Amino acid sequence: MHGERTRSITLSSISQLWEASTRREFLRVAALGGSAILLPTLFAACGDDDDGGPVDPPPDSTVTLDLSSDPGVLNYAYALEQLEAAFYTQVAQSFYPGITAAEQQVLTDIGGHEVIHRDFLAGALGSARIPDLMVDFAGANVDFASRFSVLSTARIFEDGGVAAYNGAGKLLKDVNNLLTAGKIVSVEARHAAVIRDLIRPGTRDFAGDDVVDPSGLDQAFEPGFVLQDSGLGQFITTPLEIIS
Amino acid sequence: MDQQHPILETIEPDVLTRVVSRREALRTGASTSTAIAAGLAMASVPVALAAIARDVYAQATTPSIVDVLNFALTLEYLEDEFYRTGLAGAVASTLSAPELNAIQQVSKHEAAHVQFLTAVIPSLGGTPVVKPTFDFTAAGAFPDVFSNRVTFLALAQTFEDTGVRAYKGQAGNVASNATVLTAALQIHSVEARHAAQIRRLRGQNGWITNNERGDLPPQSQATYDGEEAINGSVSSPAATEAFDEPLTMEQVLAIADPFIA
Repeated sequence: MHGERTRSITLSSISQLWEASTRREFLRVAALGGSAILLPTLFAACGDDDDGGPVDPPPDSTVTLDLSSDPGVLNYAYALEQLEAAFYTQVAQSFYPGITAAEQQVLTDIGGHEVIHRDFLAGALGSARIPDLMVDFAGANVDFASRFSVLSTARIFEDGGVAAYNGAGKLLKDVNNLLTAGKIVSVEARHAAVIRDLIRPGTRDFAGDDVVDPSGLDQAFEPGFVLQDSGLGQFITTPLEIIS
Repeated sequence: MDQQHPILETIEPDVLTRVVSRREALRTGASTSTAIAAGLAMASVPVALAAIARDVYAQATTPSIVDVLNFALTLEYLEDEFYRTGLAGAVASTLSAPELNAIQQVSKHEAAHVQFLTAVIPSLGGTPVVKPTFDFTAAGAFPDVFSNRVTFLALAQTFEDTGVRAYKGQAGNVASNATVLTAALQIHSVEARHAAQIRRLRGQNGWITNNERGDLPPQSQATYDGEEAINGSVSSPAATEAFDEPLTMEQVLAIADPFIA
């Protein structure tokens, strides 16, 4: 499904991206505006050719995000919001031991916002929306009984969500959709700042130098990059195919 | 304050250039427009022209990308000078360590935004607006702004929450240039991070519920009006928190105006 195409690359794990040759190829393809095909990390690599691939779930369950159209871009956002909402829902089912009232309120509020984002996008997309994605937090070693694990994972989601929306804005053709995305992304950025401050209270981490560059710019990631390098993709077990 | 809308004088050269150039082009041909543009860019814009500019805005003329970036630069000038003045003033020594950390980091970013926009605007063929003269006491409304941490942080929250809405409102106006759009979004989310931290340092939630200004002074209400908008089918306080709302250029300029001397 991908071997002959020069403008796509198939990845089976995040670690693969750190291999120099793969990373070069990924960046080359990304620079061409090409597509990245994400295979779930829980399955073995399929190699360079298309004779392998995921065996479970079956290949026909692959969800395609066609980023050449606004519904495709909004579905990309919907995928991320599904992931975030599922995470915080699970967090709230059994908060980690020793959680303070303030932290519980923050995580509850954020979870509520993410569910609202998810349901809003589902409603806006209507019949154009992608199916519910399968997510797996245990497979990505999230320990919901650990404060550090929960907050660190939340930080990945919020920083990654900000970078994802920032990078996807240019893909939207309708300025009304751009405005809608803008209404959501600044709330994600508020979340990111709060989560970061819970992890390292009272520091400069809320807008740390690791996410804000010397020009004062936050991160902006291409979709393929978000689902690989930012670490968000490791939680989604439904195979996703990105078409640009 | 000597004029009704001083900020318009500082921000108008590009809008005026287009308007006057268009008129001149109709009458005498386009060759004169360059000279007019140069003259406008160099001179401080007379009051009469500022009034014309106001009319242009009133007619909802779509601003050019350079107009938008000069608008953003004006806001960044305001934020940058506000924090730098605070950090150099009496209020700095009254801030807690977390407050000082936050203000220093925010100040660093606002200075970077000024530098960034000042570099980007010429690359698009524009001329960066001249920095206005600011009066953060707002003609005496906040006399202790740089000596009282409560006042200082209250204005900081107002400026950051306004900044988020200002950038959001202009995204569509720069969407034709993907590079500029992405950079604007990247600044937009940094402003939101700032806002969240300053809000929490002041004992507020990081996000905005309904149109609540919390314990901010009444002068800050315009920064929150409209935040109660409902998106989608869910109508609840949480639903208003989940979406930040835009402000128009005119709304933002009205908020900033009291701080322009």
